[in-house]
Amino acid sequence: MASLRVLVGCKRVIDYAVKIRVRPDALGVVTDGVKHSMNPFDENAIEEAVRMKQKKIVKEIVVASCGGTQSQETIRTALAMGADRGIHVEIPKGTDESLQPLAVAKIFAKLVEKENPDIVILGKQAIDDDSNQTTQLLAGILEWPQGTMASVVEHSEGKLKITREVDGGLEDISVGLPAVISADLRLNEPRYATLPNIMKAKKKKIEKMSPEDLGVDVTPRLKVLKVVDPPVREAGDKVPDVSTLMDKLKEKGHI
Amino acid sequence: GGVITDVSLLLPQAPSSVNVAMFGCDTFEKVIRTFRLARQSMGEIVSACEFMDRTCMKAVNEQLSLSSPFPDPHPFYFIVETSGSNQEHDMDKLEAYVGRVFEEGAADDGVLATSKDQAARLMALRENIAPALKQLGYNYKYDVSLPLGQMYSLVEKVRKVLQSVEGSHIGSYGHIADGDLHLNPISPRYSKAVLGMIEPFIYEEVAKLRGSISAEHGLGLKKANYLKYSKDSEVIEMMRTLKEVFDPNHIMNPYKLLPWK
Repeated sequence: MASLRVLVGCKRVIDYAVKIRVRPDALGVVTDGVKHSMNPFDENAIEEAVRMKQKKIVKEIVVASCGGTQSQETIRTALAMGADRGIHVEIPKGTDESLQPLAVAKIFAKLVEKENPDIVILGKQAIDDDSNQTTQLLAGILEWPQGTMASVVEHSEGKLKITREVDGGLEDISVGLPAVISADLRLNEPRYATLPNIMKAKKKKIEKMSPEDLGVDVTPRLKVLKVVDPPVREAGDKVPDVSTLMDKLKEKGHI
Repeated sequence: GGVITDVSLLLPQAPSSVNVAMFGCDTFEKVIRTFRLARQSMGEIVSACEFMDRTCMKAVNEQLSLSSPFPDPHPFYFIVETSGSNQEHDMDKLEAYVGRVFEEGAADDGVLATSKDQAARLMALRENIAPALKQLGYNYKYDVSLPLGQMYSLVEKVRKVLQSVEGSHIGSYGHIADGDLHLNPISPRYSKAVLGMIEPFIYEEVAKLRGSISAEHGLGLKKANYLKYSKDSEVIEMMRTLKEVFDPNHIMNPYKLLPWK
């Protein structure tokens, strides 16, 4: 019964629980010696693919990551969660931090040509740049339907019913295959890497390639001018009564 | 005895790489094997070794809605935490250790945390045992240390003793590296009769196994009168004599540590 193939994307980012520090040159954040892990939304993406495989909807899960050498660790984690094989698109050190959504979308479009998946699942956004663009750009390049911010994905008769988390609440859509999905936090609870799967993951294949191999130019189109801490919250004013409060609000132009 | 007048703390550098692995074991003997392998393969970076039993895991799952990482229940769980300065080196060691545990069949299941959030959630299962067990009834709390191989035998003995008490449980967990066992017999409500069944029985059993009746929490007020289970009367008299030197008027921390009945 399982006939579909899934391509899942994952990104190595600074661990969600780490306290970020801005670099002295104000062009980025400190990454040296800082704990990194898989982008949390990507964990949801992989978990969903693995669940579809357990339900026998999907027969093969390929996981891909674009980044420096250490992205291999993230791919291994995905393999330990249940993906079948990995693809590492290696970005040379120095340019890996400037890799942007458009370049990633172009790379994934080429991987789609190569792997022919029925579904592509990505995390809705990376917690380092918070772009929330790659899925949409990829769907545009491929001219495939997209279901973004997915919190429920159901498969039936060659279509996917997706519930999207949107500002106004929840939106239900139906997309035909092939399609691109981006996973939101409430889609599922990602599993831990289990002992037997960690051991199996060591034997799973990770194919390495470069953007040049795929014919993609990853030169950034956007330039970071400055990175600063958010302004420190200043102390508020305490006022003795309501009429003073009204005066102050008027004075500051709030009412 | 003495009086503290000033305190300064020498703080170690916080480790930059902290990792957590948790194992499910079907026998206590496997817990010991998995623990020993941790000491052998990763000795210098091991920062915590904890075990907990099924009663404790069930309590945190059901009373506090903290989910187990394992789909199937196990009689015992073992958690190891490593702390070091190099994430790559530490992960390599952990993966080698986990591989050995798997190959030698020392544990029946295991998971490795791959993010700080996962690591915190695994440790939370251990850290919330006390409040979870509290929901099951009245906890008679014991903190004893025993030779590693004997640790669980005491729990089995107390379980037999409490078999006749309806609605009773016995939760046990502890810092296995120190041979420390937190033993929590539980009855639906406090009962002098139940207390009489387990005390001084527990202290006598610990004394027979040459353990300590107070592993880490100290004797304080409640256990001062049980010091005889861990120390001979001559030693207790020597302790009293020393205290008399510093505290002839018995005003420093009275009724604590030394038997007063």
